[in-house]
Amino acid sequence: MKHRGYYGDFGGAFLPEILIPTFDELVSTFDSAKADPGFRNQYETLMAQYSGRPTPLTFAANLTRHFDGAKIYIKREDLNHTGAHKANNVMGQGLLVKKMGKTRVIAETGAGQHGVACATMAAKFGFDCTIYMGEKDVMRQRPNVFWMEQLGATVVPVTDGTKILKDAINQAFRDWVTHMDTTHYVLGTACGPHPFPEMVAWFQSIIGIEARQQILDLESRLPDRVYACVGGGSNALGLFAGFLDDPVELVGVEAGGKGIDTGFHAARLSSTDAGAGIAQGYKTYFLQDDDGQMKETHSISAGLDYVGVSPILAHMHETGTARFESATDAEVVDALKLTMKNEGIIPALESAHAFAGAFREAPTLSRDQIIIINQSGRGDKDIFTVADALNDPEWKTFIQTKAAQYHA
Amino acid sequence: MLESYIRDKHKKKDLLLMTHIVMGYPSFDDSHAMVKHMVAAGVDLMELQIPFSEPMADGPVILKANQKALEQGATVAKCLAFAKDVAARYPIPFLFMTYANIPYRFGMAAFAKTTADIGLTGAIVPDLPMEEGAEYLQAMEKNHLSPIQMFSPSTSDARMAQIASIASGFIYCLARKGVTGAQTDLSDDLAQYLARCRKAASVPLAVGFGIKDRADMDFLAGRADIAVIGSETIRMMERGGVAAVRDFIQGLSRSA
Repeated sequence: MKHRGYYGDFGGAFLPEILIPTFDELVSTFDSAKADPGFRNQYETLMAQYSGRPTPLTFAANLTRHFDGAKIYIKREDLNHTGAHKANNVMGQGLLVKKMGKTRVIAETGAGQHGVACATMAAKFGFDCTIYMGEKDVMRQRPNVFWMEQLGATVVPVTDGTKILKDAINQAFRDWVTHMDTTHYVLGTACGPHPFPEMVAWFQSIIGIEARQQILDLESRLPDRVYACVGGGSNALGLFAGFLDDPVELVGVEAGGKGIDTGFHAARLSSTDAGAGIAQGYKTYFLQDDDGQMKETHSISAGLDYVGVSPILAHMHETGTARFESATDAEVVDALKLTMKNEGIIPALESAHAFAGAFREAPTLSRDQIIIINQSGRGDKDIFTVADALNDPEWKTFIQTKAAQYHA
Repeated sequence: MLESYIRDKHKKKDLLLMTHIVMGYPSFDDSHAMVKHMVAAGVDLMELQIPFSEPMADGPVILKANQKALEQGATVAKCLAFAKDVAARYPIPFLFMTYANIPYRFGMAAFAKTTADIGLTGAIVPDLPMEEGAEYLQAMEKNHLSPIQMFSPSTSDARMAQIASIASGFIYCLARKGVTGAQTDLSDDLAQYLARCRKAASVPLAVGFGIKDRADMDFLAGRADIAVIGSETIRMMERGGVAAVRDFIQGLSRSA
């Protein structure tokens, strides 16, 4: 029987008939690329020369002293080109698009990082590019919309449903079922129908493979725990990929929003609010009601504000291969402030969930233990959201003055 | 059962008509009025869509209808009660249309049994291809229901043969790429595609996506067995109410 991307009970390819040949082509293109060492070399060379890889592993001396527990290292995906781990996946899929001879790419985006990465890749490879983004996220992440458009992409605000990431994914699929002959859908995370979870995780594994070598070079030993935030799950799978065969505890941190008890969150694996379901072409844990209708999710970070989660992570949750926690919006802002002040590093709000989860546990570990936090992206894109959360008066004055200038 | 109904009707009409409603849009009362007028106007089969929050294969018209129905409190339980009521009142076959998560959450076996118990004849689930549908297909067969399969213009001949081998009732042939509710160019390509469908399948063929007027019906007569009208009736109702839908259907329906 053909491999259909199952991880335990999760995954699969719940496709409308019209997309079957498109996925057959994608699966065979990816399978042959995966089997070809030359392709991985081409990909790694591209990431070195265009994206600045390998990204550093930074020892956070001040945070380590502050918590007086485990030694804290930070994997710096914020220093990847376009400022997040998203480029790892996007550039890889771009190479596959060239192999398939397609000329247009489409993508969904939540925080806008995947959209910016995709628009960047399209500019470099000469593809037409359309990005679908929930209207609510367009409001939250205007600077990224600006950059996508400057890079030559068309940004389409999605006004259906809850107007966030999942609705952007639906809209991208609707585009794809009409234009699949010329168009590839660059799904941004390790979700959706097979082969996307496997393929995205395969490109993102570059994070964990590098991190493992780097910590061995620096410390001559493996870390005790590694932490990553979990939206769709691609940066977590990327980091975890380096340590799957090691005695290393893998910790994923989901968006706890206003608190698990309030119902305003996006915790699919670390709460008991989600159940198995089928949507957006795959089977996983979804936040849904008893009928199977998807619920509205909440997070301070657009990139973690998603109802589903990678089927690979759902399986790791079931088997206990990884542990899942959540961090609230408030904890995340605190972790962000502490990291900025102590290390001069600005994590994205998404990544700050991993920091918050790690900070909770670091003091309970001993000084000879080591942890790695994946800083999946940089936080300067979040300036509006963070300024609101910090309620910064001078920022407000600046915005008001700026607005007045536009009115003049 | 469904197939023999279609074949009998076909003796009197050269092209049957299947219509579609989203249950609970804009209200269950309106949905009932739609069924009543459609049946009176000569519709031969009907799809009753159980709304879903993520209707991936539907275009803007049906997508919005799904969302509105859910906002106004349409639940699976209310849809089942509605379906049971209309199936008992009107003498045509009704099928459920919905997305995989609805029967999956209900339980595939329980969903099939309930579908049979309330008097429906089958279901159309566009995101459940045969490769993922083993449990569903088995449950439907056990309850003598038709799990309607689909062809698309991109389906290969080899795959058509595979799909045809598990088909029951009829096969739903998508007339073109894209989502529901957009224009279809009734061309030589479509005629060739339908000939390919006919060669692959022994069950009757239904053709959907974008059929709007009598000329479309004339084109399909002889090439397919059932014409499917989806988004257009929702557009009609939004503009001119249930009466406009009735007049539209009467204008399309072939004389018996």
